[in-house]
Amino acid sequence: MDTPVKSIKDIPLDEILLPGTPACAGCGGLLTLRHCLKALGENTVIVNAAGCFTLLSIYPFTPFMSSWLYTAMACAPAGAQGVRDALDILIKKGRLGSEEDLKVVVLTGDGAAYDIGLASTSGALYRNLDFYYICYDNEAYGNTGFQWSGATPFASKTGTTPPGKTVPTGTLTNKKNLFEIWRSHKPPYLATISPAHPVDLYNKFKKAEQYKGPKLFIALSPCPPGWATDPSHSVNFAKLAVDTGIWALKEAILGDVKHTLIPRKFKPVENYLKEQGRFAHLFKPIRQEETIRKIQEMVDEYWKEVGI
Amino acid sequence: MGKMREMLTGNSAAAWGVRLAEIDYIPAYPITPQTEIIETLAKWISDGVMDTRMVTMDSEHSMITAAGAASATGVRTFTATSSQGLLYGFEMLYTVAGWRVPLVMVNVSRGLSAPITLEPDHNDILSARDSGFLQIHCETCQEVLDSILIAYRLAEDERILLPILVNMDGFHLSFTREPVEIPDMEDVRRFLPPYSPKHAFFKASQPMAQGIAVLGGPIYSYFKYQIHLACMKGLEVYKEISKEFENIFGRRYDTLEGYMTDDAEYILIMSNSFSTLGKAAVKRARERGIKIGLLKLRLLRPFPEEDLKNAIKGCKAVAVLDQNIGIGKGGILYPEITSAIYNEQKRPMLLSFIGGLGGKNISESEFDFIFDNMIKAAETGNAPPPQLLYTETEWNEMEKLKKMAGRRY
Repeated sequence: MDTPVKSIKDIPLDEILLPGTPACAGCGGLLTLRHCLKALGENTVIVNAAGCFTLLSIYPFTPFMSSWLYTAMACAPAGAQGVRDALDILIKKGRLGSEEDLKVVVLTGDGAAYDIGLASTSGALYRNLDFYYICYDNEAYGNTGFQWSGATPFASKTGTTPPGKTVPTGTLTNKKNLFEIWRSHKPPYLATISPAHPVDLYNKFKKAEQYKGPKLFIALSPCPPGWATDPSHSVNFAKLAVDTGIWALKEAILGDVKHTLIPRKFKPVENYLKEQGRFAHLFKPIRQEETIRKIQEMVDEYWKEVGI
Repeated sequence: MGKMREMLTGNSAAAWGVRLAEIDYIPAYPITPQTEIIETLAKWISDGVMDTRMVTMDSEHSMITAAGAASATGVRTFTATSSQGLLYGFEMLYTVAGWRVPLVMVNVSRGLSAPITLEPDHNDILSARDSGFLQIHCETCQEVLDSILIAYRLAEDERILLPILVNMDGFHLSFTREPVEIPDMEDVRRFLPPYSPKHAFFKASQPMAQGIAVLGGPIYSYFKYQIHLACMKGLEVYKEISKEFENIFGRRYDTLEGYMTDDAEYILIMSNSFSTLGKAAVKRARERGIKIGLLKLRLLRPFPEEDLKNAIKGCKAVAVLDQNIGIGKGGILYPEITSAIYNEQKRPMLLSFIGGLGGKNISESEFDFIFDNMIKAAETGNAPPPQLLYTETEWNEMEKLKKMAGRRY
């Protein structure tokens, strides 16, 4: 394993994901992917599931220096299985030189990862498939215009959980704990990442490289159109999510969890919530004090369990 | 290994076809009545007889995805399913056809739920008729084995590059033993050279984007037309390959198979294993002096329209026996055949019958009923509306069951 980098200046300048995609301005997922690919290098094949990033490669263009296969929404991990197994077979039977090998990388949004593709992911993890999985989690079905997904946090406004007279809170369910679902399979490497912390992100990918088997990453990815935030502030929101303790940066090696970046002093969650349009109903016309408190309590509870 | 003759089920014949085709990769998922195929292959792989990787997936949807993706990476891939499984993976049929990969998949036909059943009809396979998969339908176990070899040659042909479904009936063929000639491996290698794709693959030295999005109807239409035209080209390529197959193995497989059709005034059209029942009925009717023949549909996609026209030219009436039901319309194959002959100057009366659903037997009396109807239609010039075959005995049995189930009316 390479020595961990200390500063953003140590991250390679080479770009694997080139500019000129139709992603929205300020897309946190795209920034995340750019950093991830710097760590993964050119020799990858990205196996994509239906989601925002389906539109990164549009005939006859692709922004990637690497290969790409679009599958469907539920089955990118199964596509990765087919590609990985085929490459292994071709190399073993001498029909392809080992220098032609590729890292197989599944790329999905939270709708695919948390909901429709959960079974195919579980299958790939259980079979110990040697692959990477990057989930760009913007906490709703973003590509269809921001509807409730299993990743949507409590009290978020979405297209299918709009706050109203009978349900002023908006979303009533809590964000599904995908990290723990994946961790229960005991993959060799599992981590949460943030586009606001590229050094932490880069080092995690480099660390993961040494393991054969599933290497999984969940990135909280600010989504300006869905979160109703200023595109120029996406990194700020990604950073605030970490600083308030809402998004815990951690890794699990063969199931053992370690937090990789614990804020010295946690900021109140309100700082994170109040500037986002998807939580605006918690502040006006009437401040929903109890709901805001409940969110703060959930975050406090999490870190209490961690032992902070 | 020289050629051998053995008693094989349809499923083991399929497994033998896969073994002889020297498949690299099999993503699998069990479903009755197909499971015996993947179990047989798993045993051979475990015993070291086949140098193949097999992985049991988490669903048919994942299975077809993995199969298509592996095929797109450049290995010869096989998989098999049936009925509910085919429908569960349905989205990926269109997808992998769009990837233009030469995957071969066996479907063991079984009626669709609800009500849930295990026995065959063809609503499952015919639901995939527009997907871009070519389709070969089999009547005998020998045909199953041979069709798998033909399917790989056809699918991997640079002019085609499309996936193929090889179909057989569950139980009636999948679990029925028939004498099957297992070809010599060297002969198979002569017929089917190794797969080395020039069009699509994944490797470090040549990055490639496959299956990518398009914006706009003209681009989408272009690719869909390409799939259609490649599939249609399959008619010609199939004939070339099938001739070569005959030269090497001595067995001939036309796009359609005629039985006693040469001088026939009446023709019954069927497909798959129940055609054997139809042939027996035709033979009996011939003994009674009725000039009847049977036409078995074998290559269903691409649809061999010209061959069909030639086969029924000059006959007085044709009956299509659909072993499927297009709810709200009737048989699925009947309109396909109707449209094929509609613009002919002289065309026979065309009758529609539905039978054999969920493996229901088609009795001698039902065949005789069909034949009587054809003769009557030719005489009167009037064709009856589509008829649902059901015998009086079956009706009476059903009445008893309804009573037991507590239905009073």
